[in-house]
Parts: sequence; C-alpha cells; structure tokens
Amino acid sequence: MRDDIKDTLLELVSGFKGIPNGAYNIRLNSQLDSRVSTENIKIESKKDKSGIDIYVKPGSKTEQVFIPALITHEGVHDLVYNDFFIGDDAEVTIIAGCGVHNCGDEGSEHNGIHRFFVGKNAKVKYLEKHIGTGDGNGKRIINPETVVEADENSYVEMESTQIKGVDSTIRKTKARLKAGATFVVKEKIMTHGEQYAETHFDVDLDGEDSSVTLSSRSVAKDHSRQKFISIINGNNRCMGHSECDSIIMDEGVVVAVPEISAYHVDASLIHEAAIGKIAGEQIIKLMTLGLTEEEAEQQIINGFLK
Amino acid sequence: MLELKNISYTVEGEKEIINDISLTIDDKKFIVITGPNGSGKSTLAKIIAGILTPTSGRIYLDGQDITDWSITERAKAGISFAFQQPVRFKGVTVKDLLNLASGGALDDVCACEYLSQVGLCARDYIDREVDASLSGGELKRIEIAMIMARKTKLSVFDEPEAGIDLWSFKNLIEVFETMHNEIQGSIVIISHQERILNIADEIIVVSGGLISARGSKEEILPKLMEEAEVDRAECKYQRGGVVAHA
Repeated sequence: MRDDIKDTLLELVSGFKGIPNGAYNIRLNSQLDSRVSTENIKIESKKDKSGIDIYVKPGSKTEQVFIPALITHEGVHDLVYNDFFIGDDAEVTIIAGCGVHNCGDEGSEHNGIHRFFVGKNAKVKYLEKHIGTGDGNGKRIINPETVVEADENSYVEMESTQIKGVDSTIRKTKARLKAGATFVVKEKIMTHGEQYAETHFDVDLDGEDSSVTLSSRSVAKDHSRQKFISIINGNNRCMGHSECDSIIMDEGVVVAVPEISAYHVDASLIHEAAIGKIAGEQIIKLMTLGLTEEEAEQQIINGFLK
Repeated sequence: MLELKNISYTVEGEKEIINDISLTIDDKKFIVITGPNGSGKSTLAKIIAGILTPTSGRIYLDGQDITDWSITERAKAGISFAFQQPVRFKGVTVKDLLNLASGGALDDVCACEYLSQVGLCARDYIDREVDASLSGGELKRIEIAMIMARKTKLSVFDEPEAGIDLWSFKNLIEVFETMHNEIQGSIVIISHQERILNIADEIIVVSGGLISARGSKEEILPKLMEEAEVDRAECKYQRGGVVAHA
C-alpha cells in the first residue's frame, strides 16, 4: 500500500491534508488506520461486527468529526456499520466519504451502513463524498445506506457528492422524522462511461410540522445510467418537497420515479422533476463570450453541480 | 470596421428574411438599427454574431473575411452580442458570467462597478445565480454588464431597452455613452426607442429585409416620427370605424 495514494484519497474525500482537527476515525482497506476521540466526541469499535459507534455529548457545540473510509487496491470487499448517537441540543458536522482506488483487474467495493440517532433540538450536518480513482479494469463500487431517526425539533442536513470515477452505486437513504424535525438533502451525481448510479429516498414525516427537502442534481454522460427514486409519506401535518434536476448528454439515461403520499389532510407534498439536455441557447450565449462549445458545456455542468 | 456585402438569409420553404443587404459599420460609430417588427433586424444581428449563417453574401471584419468563422472565433476577434432574451443558467453566478465575459478573473471592485453602472446593487447580485430567481429586467441589465466587461471593438445589442421599465432610460443611455467613450469601439443597437435613436451617429432603417433608409439622426428621425404619427392616426381611424364594421 502506498501512502501517497492514501493521502490523495483522504484529501479528495475529506478536504484535509495530514491530521484533521477534531475527532476522527480513518478506515483503510477494512481495517482501523487511526482514531482520535475528543472530550465531546467518543469513537468506539463495535463489539459484534465491523464498524464504530460515535457518541456526541448532549449540548456540545461546533464539533467536527471525520470518518473517511479508503480502499487503495483491488479485491477489497468492505462492509461497515457506523452508528451515530447525537445527544440532545448538540451541534456537529460529520465529514464522511469514501475513496476507492483501483489499479487492478479485480473489483473493489465499499458498503457503508450509517445510522443516525439524532436527539431533541440537535443540529447535524453530514457531508459525504464518493470518489473513484485508478486506471485498472476492476470495478469501483460504493453502496452507502443511511438511516436517520430524527427526534423532536432536530435538524439534519445531508450533502452527498459523487463526481465520476465510481462504476456502480446504489444509495439508500431512510429517514423518520418526529414533531418539528427537519431533514434537508442535497445530492450531486455525475456519471460517465458505463457507470450506474441509483438513489432511493424513503422518508416518513411522522411528527407534526416535520419537514423534508430532497434535492438531487445530476449529469449523465456517455452510456451511463441513473435512477432516482423518492418516496415521501406525509403522516401528519407536514411539508415535503423533492426535486430532481438532471442533464443528459450523449447516450446517458436518467429515470426519475417520484412517489409522494399524503396520509393526513394537512400534509403538503410537492415533487418536481426535470430531465433534459443542455439548452442550445446556453451554449450559444457562452460562445458569444469567447468559449468553445466544449468549454461552454463544461462551464454549464460545473455551475449546475456546484 | 465591419462590412456586410450582399447578405441574404432565407429559411427553407419560407420567405426571404434578409434580402441582399450591404452595409459598412465604421470604427467608433454609434449606430441604431430600427424598423418594424419582423423586418429582419434581429436576424441581421445574429448573422453578425455568427449565430445564423447567411444564405449568400460575405462578412468582413477589418478586411478579413469572417463569413465562415464560428461564434467563438468572432467573439475572440472582438464581436459582442447582447441577446434580446437573455439566457438563464442554473448554478452559474453573475460573477461567473462577468469573469467569462472579461476573459479572466475580475477583481470584485471591477465586477461591482459594471453592476452599479447598470443600476444593480453589486453586493446583492454578484453571487446570485443567473436562474429563474432573477426577473427579465434584471437579466437584461446583467446581459449589458457582460458586454461592458468584454470591452470589444464591436458591441451589438438586440433591443436592450425591452423589459427594463423600472430602471430609467436616462441611465441606460448613459451606459451606452460611457461605453462608447471608454472602449472607443463601435456600438450597434437594435431599438424602437426614440430616446435611443436620438443618441445615434447614424440610423439604419430595415424594412421587409431591406435597408429602406440610412443617414444621420437629423435626416432620419423626423421622417420616422412623421410615419409614426400617420400610423397612430390610422389606428385611431380604424378604431373609430373600419375595424368595428369588419
């Protein structure tokens, strides 16, 4: 294993060089690489299976925890269970992410199951980035599963990004919200070549005045395929909004399957979906500013996924 | 200097939109092209920018034949074009567009200066996305600011006044005058507005795909106003009688 591959992946998924500031747990090729707990954030290995439990002390503020998982060679099949216990009134930013580097012929795979138990009035920001690198024929596969149990008046924001490099991904996100809880998801995906990406959202708005906003922006290039499935159940007086906005290029395919169900008369649910190629007039406008057609396209995509 | 020689444009199976137009736009000139709706003015502007290719005829920029040049090549050679209906972009900010227009990273002071000149509070707009959250009038002003940032030898505006009612005409005219003085390039504006016609060095009237008149504003403007009076009178007459019986 080369350290420079690890460092590069770490920087790509977490945005830091060297040692992060705050609590962290770095997982490397299915093993613990390094770990630091802090006064307010305690990280422990699970006793019965692979993974960690992360405890954030009630009332702690402006805390950060990094939990990247890295795979640096072929033939790794990683399965990890990480549980987060966020105390009441705590405020924390969790930076997760997975990088798979594969130069070999055999596939490498990371399956991460993250469960969040978010206490009353707590605020959680969860950032997740998926990266695939290396030029081998082996597939780079990442399948994340996220479960959120949001207690009263808590706020959970999740940002997930997957830009190229990952051959196959099936992402599942389930959330159950109590009264006054808010769940915001921003997802960005770009697929190319023969890649496949599928995302499922399944949200139960159980509590009064709970709300969810799911927004997905994606670009499907070459022969890649994407599927977006969102299910929102309004079981009380609540607000739900899901939005899927996709650009298709070349032979790219995007399927959007929205499902919104109102089981309460005061549930207010909206779904918006738009799929289409880049508008010709957008390219022309940027060409009149001196960009070539390719540069214009790149600029439009960069903005769209920013 | 821009020269159009015997330019025609026909859409297959339809009538001729531009019919053998020849004209020269000298350096540093301020020219307004006017004429009735559907007369071919916008088509002419798009032919200059390279968005449409003429069916026949040639275009020369400073003596060089640019007829077969792409939009990008013309933009790089110094032609700017402000759309009549500006385009929206999801995720692209006002600052991104100004940077692209200026051909490099503009410092904040410069970017803000352009926005202030078109009557937009720079602080509120610089990081805004150029998407559906902006009104048509705001987009028009950003479109003009982009042309200012480009500083090219030829700037073509397609009906810049449309949709900016809330911003005073006086400011719009000042923008064109400042641009003309500072950049020392040629400005071509397609417009119906008397107050814009009034600041032109020269007015070109396009009608039915042809140039029907060309001259100084002193020569052309009185005639145009006279025709407009006749139109208005006919309109009144029609409202009073003929149309009601028809």
